Amino acid sequence: MAIPRQPMPEQPPEVRRHNFDEVPLGYTEELAIREAQRCLQCKKPACVDGCPVNVAIPQFIEKIVERDFEGALQIILGTNSLPAICGRVCPQETQCEKYCVLAKRGDPVAIGRLERFVADHVRIRLMRGEKAPLPPTAPPPGAPKVAIVGSGPAGLTCAADLLNAGYNVTLFEALHEPGGVLVYGIPEFRLPKAIVKAEIQALVRRGLQIVTNAVIGRLYTIDDLLNEEGYAAVFIGTGAGTPKFLKIPGENLNGVYSANEFLTRVNLMKAYLPDAETPIVRGKRVAVFGAGNTAMDAARTALRIGAEEVYIMYRRSRAEMPARAEEIHHAEEEGVKFEFLVNPVAFYGNERGWLQSVRCERMQLGEPDDSGRRRPVRIAGSEFDTPINVAIVAVGTESNPLIRQTTPDLQVNQWGYIVTDDMGRTSKPRVYAGGDIVTGAATVIEAMGAGKRAARAIISDLQGKG
Amino acid sequence: MPNKILEKEYLAENVVSMWIEARQIAKKRQPGQFLILRPGERSERIPLTIADVRAKEGAVRLIVQVVGKTTRDLAALEAGEYVRDVAGPLGHPTPIKHYGTVACVGGGIGVAPLLPIARAMKEAGNYVVSIIGARTKGLLILEEDMRAISDELLITTDDGSYVRHGLVTDVLRERLTGKPGIDFAVAIGPVPMMKAVANLTREAGIATIASLNTIMIDGTGMCGGCRVTVGGRVKYTCVDGPEFDAHEVDFDELQRRLNMYRDHELHQLEACKIGLAVR
Ligand SMILES: Cc1cc2nc3c(=O)[nH]c(=O)nc-3n(C[C@H](O)[C@H](O)[C@H](O)COP(=O)(O)OP(=O)(O)OC[C@H]3O[C@@H](n4cnc5c(N)ncnc54)[C@H](O)[C@@H]3O)c2cc1C
Ligand code: SF4
Ligand code: FES
Repeated sequence: MAIPRQPMPEQPPEVRRHNFDEVPLGYTEELAIREAQRCLQCKKPACVDGCPVNVAIPQFIEKIVERDFEGALQIILGTNSLPAICGRVCPQETQCEKYCVLAKRGDPVAIGRLERFVADHVRIRLMRGEKAPLPPTAPPPGAPKVAIVGSGPAGLTCAADLLNAGYNVTLFEALHEPGGVLVYGIPEFRLPKAIVKAEIQALVRRGLQIVTNAVIGRLYTIDDLLNEEGYAAVFIGTGAGTPKFLKIPGENLNGVYSANEFLTRVNLMKAYLPDAETPIVRGKRVAVFGAGNTAMDAARTALRIGAEEVYIMYRRSRAEMPARAEEIHHAEEEGVKFEFLVNPVAFYGNERGWLQSVRCERMQLGEPDDSGRRRPVRIAGSEFDTPINVAIVAVGTESNPLIRQTTPDLQVNQWGYIVTDDMGRTSKPRVYAGGDIVTGAATVIEAMGAGKRAARAIISDLQGKG
Repeated sequence: MPNKILEKEYLAENVVSMWIEARQIAKKRQPGQFLILRPGERSERIPLTIADVRAKEGAVRLIVQVVGKTTRDLAALEAGEYVRDVAGPLGHPTPIKHYGTVACVGGGIGVAPLLPIARAMKEAGNYVVSIIGARTKGLLILEEDMRAISDELLITTDDGSYVRHGLVTDVLRERLTGKPGIDFAVAIGPVPMMKAVANLTREAGIATIASLNTIMIDGTGMCGGCRVTVGGRVKYTCVDGPEFDAHEVDFDELQRRLNMYRDHELHQLEACKIGLAVR
């Protein structure tokens, strides 16, 4: 009889909605091997084409069956330098697992969970001292210097590939902690910060230099890096950092947050810890606007810092929600309430400027729009008020102006995102870009793919010169 | 990378001046810009104006009023110790040029960010009329520094303990009719002061900028926590400011947002009733 897809042990919803510990607990060795045995080892594996960085999926899964977890990790690391992170946050259901042949007649192989298992297994052995870390390495003397701006998945991946190729890489990060969205956005219960730290630390051992508190565009311009600081090339991976608001009355009331601010206070600044110094408004009734991963993260975080009622309010219907399936599922299990086809029109506050309620109108789905999704249209006279004391706006981001304003010869599109060719080359010689600052808000793995392509372009362009 | 404190002195009770090593910031900084700092590993990130620089030494000067936990922790550090994180220079520089006669109006700790702007205005050939004030004599800071770069220096104290009794706006109102006539004004200080200055100069038709000290986290345009309404449009103080057209700023909203965490204890009391809690 065929082995069914192995479920992942998880913290029960009633328990986890009150803590910041990771929700899925990970496969045991036995579960991982059973799941790995489900793989048919296809000759033409469709899953690999579904993966933006083409991880050698059947090969690493075969190593798991053989109990060679180290070997499995080496295969993954050949194309993906952040497997513990990807195994947790990639939308596998629209990538590798979507194309798995088993998905045609049942459940696909749990590729993401296996990837996570392999990375965790080796990391835990390193942590416990059961395995010696690789000796630290440094770039060869005289290696060309490359600067990376922004330490999100795009920057880290580009850095890793350049280190592999023997370059001298320095990463500049505006915040006091490297990791980008992985540290300030995605919460601890979904991606423990110790894991991000360990993955970055591994790069530092391989010679990566990290300069935190370095706001490029102000401290150094891109031209300063190229001309005064002696970098042969610069990669820009600054993300889609600037939050969009709803542009409705009352949006600046106290208690209305962008998801970025709310999550940064909790994740980067650790406002959820009892002795944290950064404050946060802990609402009892919270409304989150939007339905992407950011909205799910904000809603689940609000629950964990003490909210009694949390609503996700979304303009469209359930089918259009852009978040990962697992996040939506987890949010529902934890008691987040979903209100579909509602659109906020105004926030109301008290005389001291504190949020008290939101007015929404109901929508219905009309004709499909440019994105192919049916456009929500308002239903006249359907307004209703909901009392809330915290609102979190998670309706997307736009491009950050800092680098664009100080690099006039860098071509950007009408939304301010950097224009590049397929390999990440910008309009400015020796300057490359990738990740959300090129595509607009996307995914971790797509940002990583862009970082990889740019590294390849940098290597080939610099060699062409040398 | 921690930054070393080179010098430290008290300018008034609860007002401390520090020179901090930050070579590249000192090289790049222009008047009007600020930085974001964390004294220690667990601290909040707070914005502070760069009051002065010594480019050769690679040092920046910060003038800090102790108002809460973070500023207290910073002020407790001594020369030779380190500040955990310093990021900058941030914000747009002040639009320094030859306007003619410039009124530089500063209240309380606002005199610290005003000093480098007034100095740059003077260097750009303006006739500088500085009006500085404080609640009481002991809280007046940088009098001699301001005198050195001003053509006229007018001083007030709210309680009359030094020079003139009254508010900076009382002095400004009188000076507006004096000679040489004021062509441009800069206001930095408590929100009610900046609002009052803006109201006076609006009537008099004098272009005025105010430098806003909002709550910030990242200082890079990533969180939107520093947003203000200027001319009916939302602006991010950290990347669009910190200076804005004083006649267009919604000062009342700014004050309410500044109180967001400041009055949270009071608020917490009320919160019990309406079921809201603030940490
Ligand atoms: C809350 C949240 C949850 C998400 N969940 C998922 C998920 O589950 N799965 C998934 O695949 N994707 C998810 N995403 C999207 C994903 O995180 C992003 O697509 C990805 O991080 C983009 O990577 P990046 O390297 O382009 O930029 P970022 O991760 O945004 O990193 C950019 C870095 O550059 C720094 N920077 C910016 N400007 C400057 C400057 N001028 N100088 C120096 N440094 C600068 C920033 O501080 C930041 O650290 C989520 C996003 C958010 C916000
Ligand atoms: S498509 Fe599915 S079964 Fe085939 S190799 Fe990939 S994971 Fe294994
Ligand atoms: S401080 Fe976060 S956007 Fe200005």
